[in-house]
Amino acid sequence: MVQAKPRSTVEAAVTPVNRRPKRQMPWPLNLYQTAVGKKWVMAITGVIGMGFIALHMFGNLKIYLGAAELDHYAVGLREIAYPILPKENALWLMRGLLLVSLVLHVHSAFSLWAMNRRARPMGYQSKRDYIAANWASRTMKWTGPIILLFLAFHLSDLTWGFANPDFEHGAVYNNVVASFERVPVSILYIVANLALGVHLYHGAWSLFQSLGVNNPSINWLRRGFAALFTAVIVGGNISFPIAVLTGIVG
Amino acid sequence: MVTLDARIPDGPIGEKWESHRFNMRLVNPANKRRFTVIMIGSGLAGASGAASLAELGYNVKVFTYHDSPRRAHSIAAQGGINAAKNYQNDGDSVFRLFYDTIKGGDFRSREANVHRLAELSVNIIDQCVAQGVPFAREYGGLLDNRSFGGVQVSRTFYARGQTGQQLLLGAYSTLMRQVGLGTVELFPRQEMLDVVTVDGRAAGVIVRDLVTGEVSSHAAHAVVLATGGYGNVYYLSTNAKKSNATAAWRAHKKGALFANPCYTQIHPTCIPASDDFQSKLTLMSESLRNDGRIWVPKDPADTRPPNQIPEADRDYYLERMYPSFGNLVPRDVASRAAKRQVDQGRGVGPKRNGVYLDFAEAIQRLGRKEVEERYGNLFEMYDRITDEDPYETPMRIYPAIHYAMGGLWVDYNLMSSIPGLFVGGEANFSDHGANRLGASALMQGLADGYFILPYTVGDYLAGLLGQQAPGTDHPAFAEAKRAVEEQTKRFLGTKGTKSPDHFHRELGKLLWEHAGMERSKAGLEQALRDIPALRAEFDRDLRILGTGDSLNDSLEKAGRVADFFELGELLVRDALHREESCGGHLRIESQTEDGEAMRDDENFSYVGAWEWTGDGQPQTLHKEALTFENIHVAQRSYK
Amino acid sequence: MDLTLKVWRQDGPQARGRFETYPVPGISADMSFLEMLDIVNERLITEGVEPIQFEHDCREGICGSCGVMINGKAHGGHERTATCQLHMRTFKDGDTIVVEPWRAGAFPVIRDLVVNRSALDRIIEVGGFISINTGSAPEANMLPIPKEVSDAAMDAAECIGCGACVAACPNGAAQLFTSAKLQHLNLLPQGQAERWQRTVAMVETMEEYFGGCTNHGECQVACPKGISIDFISYMNRDFIKGKSINRRLGGQGLAK
Ligand SMILES: Cc1cc2nc3c(=O)[nH]c(=O)nc-3n(C[C@H](O)[C@H](O)[C@H](O)COP(=O)(O)OP(=O)(O)OC[C@H]3O[C@@H](n4cnc5c(N)ncnc54)[C@H](O)[C@@H]3O)c2cc1C
Ligand code: FES
Repeated sequence: MVQAKPRSTVEAAVTPVNRRPKRQMPWPLNLYQTAVGKKWVMAITGVIGMGFIALHMFGNLKIYLGAAELDHYAVGLREIAYPILPKENALWLMRGLLLVSLVLHVHSAFSLWAMNRRARPMGYQSKRDYIAANWASRTMKWTGPIILLFLAFHLSDLTWGFANPDFEHGAVYNNVVASFERVPVSILYIVANLALGVHLYHGAWSLFQSLGVNNPSINWLRRGFAALFTAVIVGGNISFPIAVLTGIVG
Repeated sequence: MVTLDARIPDGPIGEKWESHRFNMRLVNPANKRRFTVIMIGSGLAGASGAASLAELGYNVKVFTYHDSPRRAHSIAAQGGINAAKNYQNDGDSVFRLFYDTIKGGDFRSREANVHRLAELSVNIIDQCVAQGVPFAREYGGLLDNRSFGGVQVSRTFYARGQTGQQLLLGAYSTLMRQVGLGTVELFPRQEMLDVVTVDGRAAGVIVRDLVTGEVSSHAAHAVVLATGGYGNVYYLSTNAKKSNATAAWRAHKKGALFANPCYTQIHPTCIPASDDFQSKLTLMSESLRNDGRIWVPKDPADTRPPNQIPEADRDYYLERMYPSFGNLVPRDVASRAAKRQVDQGRGVGPKRNGVYLDFAEAIQRLGRKEVEERYGNLFEMYDRITDEDPYETPMRIYPAIHYAMGGLWVDYNLMSSIPGLFVGGEANFSDHGANRLGASALMQGLADGYFILPYTVGDYLAGLLGQQAPGTDHPAFAEAKRAVEEQTKRFLGTKGTKSPDHFHRELGKLLWEHAGMERSKAGLEQALRDIPALRAEFDRDLRILGTGDSLNDSLEKAGRVADFFELGELLVRDALHREESCGGHLRIESQTEDGEAMRDDENFSYVGAWEWTGDGQPQTLHKEALTFENIHVAQRSYK
Repeated sequence: MDLTLKVWRQDGPQARGRFETYPVPGISADMSFLEMLDIVNERLITEGVEPIQFEHDCREGICGSCGVMINGKAHGGHERTATCQLHMRTFKDGDTIVVEPWRAGAFPVIRDLVVNRSALDRIIEVGGFISINTGSAPEANMLPIPKEVSDAAMDAAECIGCGACVAACPNGAAQLFTSAKLQHLNLLPQGQAERWQRTVAMVETMEEYFGGCTNHGECQVACPKGISIDFISYMNRDFIKGKSINRRLGGQGLAK
């Protein structure tokens, strides 16, 4: 198809705000060169993230079965796909996938954000009154970074341990209890999970749209799905610090 | 001295176009590139014509005062487009469409043109469907039809209540395809303000950039005007607010004859005006008359809400007076009948300026869902404007100015009396005689654009091969440009007290009163005195603020209103000279005993084409006699 | 009723704009919003103030010319209502009405409330059509199209190109417009031959001028024709498919 040329005095005044990539990359990288493609990647990586978050939460429920069960589960994670693969290989593969997903999710979000800023260099000078855009959809750009920062802390706290003075490698149950007994950490954890909830609430609804898999007949289910998913994840996650602080676990 | 030669090809009516197409000269593909054609207007006629010419290989420049071609007034057409497909097997044929259109036009149109239109109607539907126009379909997947006023077959194709929109988007998309291919150069927000002629031929145009105010010249081998109708001369009409006659009028002043200006159409189903601030009238598609029944209370003093008036106290006057066509009589008949009811004091609504259009029976017969399917968006529109729900209470309707059958005179090739200046769509006078049947303007616009102009313009260009076209450095361009710039300066310099809208509204009132639905000699003569007086005031007391070098809506309007004044005067003069009733034009002096319009074929069976003779002087009338060889001319009867 | 109008005035594309406040007494509830502006303009002219430039034409919600932000909402925020269809009865006596032009990088202000929306035409010209030259069309009823399909295409085709979706979108994205235009043609059998080229070309052109979608859904409620964001989802799918599958070996046109 033919590329458009500006054709009159008036139209010449409108210049594109985004430059088209000079070179088309080979498939599938070319998808990522477009905003629709980026949204698609964001949705896929979001789904991966959601899967991880769900498994993570369900796995951690073992905390209610006691230290032995939880610690055993942690060991079990290292032995996934063992003996087909050497120990920990599958875990590292999963970690790699998660890391790549995270990077892509964040990068696509950031470049869309930049694109959207270019798309409206001068904002509305009077107060906007949104009708459909909700709090969740409009705060993605804030809840995202909050979750990211929390993630860094969370890893330092419970995976690498340097943010947790009582950290002991392999003693998952004790580490968790020790961490949540610090009230500020629990509060931080709860706040971050609420942000995660807001993020998920929009993301879980929106991914169908971005992937292009939605269908008018499932539209009514999408909000419900997003709400349920969010409630389960946030509810489960938040229960841990509360259980520790109230002494149910510990 | 102009001679009117319609250049109608010889031969039997059904073969004229075919043999004419064969006889027309062709331009070979390599030579087409050397020709530039200017298209003014991007409505149905303009967009389709420009795209088709560009597909053939000509260089096309399209000018429109809209910001995008897609906004042309054609977008507003609701009801549908006719075609003699006979898909319903109800006895339709090219000949019947031809017959209905001639009869609907009250025997004031050219047989040859109308027959060609009917022949091409079937190709239009094919073309539009192939472009992706989503016409309404039946469950079997085939195209659906509805019926329209003035005919007894179902031949109208439609896309919900937005047929014009979908047809225009189709034409616009083909136009944009050519823009993308680089064969059409598009100039939006540019208003054509003059046609330039060199040695009597159209050589180009002068346009003003509405954003920067810059006036520029463009030369071409042929110029096509597809600039729409002049219904807005009445101020209140169903036309889009910006529709105007300027392009046609300036061409007229350069020598193009203006034909039948008094033939304007009044549409029977519009929402009655609610107050003085009314800026335009809204049409409720004629298709509503398919299922809606028109009535007024028998007793003018009846003040009960409509749904409480029992059947016995209602007068379904159209069904009573015209049993065979009932609510589907042609527009002029329905409009006049409504006016009579209101004039007799039987009008309904707060201002008693309407009649009821009732769907209660249709809802009962078809169910609410089906009615919603057919007319939902129209009902919604009505509700929004009047705050009344047509599912519950009948609509109120009243006639309003809707369409201009008159326009620039053209021959069979759609060429005006200026060689090289072609006119298509509503801007020409060609096919509708004294009254247009519903759903035939879209048909005509697209027939002109897709299937006629590409041939006839080509034929004209073939004759120019080897000749150098005058460029914009020709003194005629400089002179026309100067005149345009001077006019702008004059408007800005008047520094009076009143806005162009004020004058437009006053002019509209004058015309509606004296040259509206019913006209009398005395009234028309009165108008001929009043219009120049108002015009003098306009020249003296116009106030245009701002400058000529930025977007200035009032300045644009001033030029258009100035032209409306001159056109309005000609309209009245034409109406005055035509001492017969025909089509939408009822002369009080020419009626049958029971108050029906009475034509005078003996004295007025001609096209009245007016020649501009200079500022302040009355135009000269030329007559093109109309002959009917294929249809028996009779007083219309829809009884 | 008596109102106060706070309206954006900007003398030209390069000029700095500002809000001006005009008292507007004596407005009838039956007037349309644009008729109210007409009256304000008449009064301004009498006072010697240049009238407010605003875009309009059909005044019945079909041409897509009109469109301004009214109190922070595109077209005033009523369901399936364009600015020209808005009536003053939706306001209350004493209200202050704030009117601002559409804002987007691709919609530069020309003057006052008038913006340049030609970027939307650029999207059409790269693929918003079915390539069929005049004269080459087959008989219309040769290809039956299920009523549902044709109705769905019509739902998309109703778009009037007013730009409210872009204006309302927090991101300044034109996805609703583009997807409506695309799906109108992509749904129909006539549109299949160019489906994948069309989708890719139009989406990529759209992205040059406009922001990206983050599924706020604000466009769909602002749309005077009530076009659904479901079309955006289908556009996304067609785009990814168009970019991903080698259609030449499948006997179809190839997207670049
Ligand atoms: C409300 C309504 C409903 C209708 N419904 C039907 C219907 O159901 N069926 C039917 O058959 N007909 C209908 N009609 C009539 C029909 O829509 C019009 O007659 C037809 O669309 C006219 O098309 P056109 O191409 O001639 O002109 P238009 O669509 O009016 O286009 C005129 C073009 O010329 C341009 N232009 C004009 N002057 C200049 C200038 N000086 N410089 C630059 N550009 C200029 C404009 O920008 C525009 O692009 C309806 C009309 C109205 C008002
Ligand atoms: S003026 Fe045409 S849509 Fe509002």
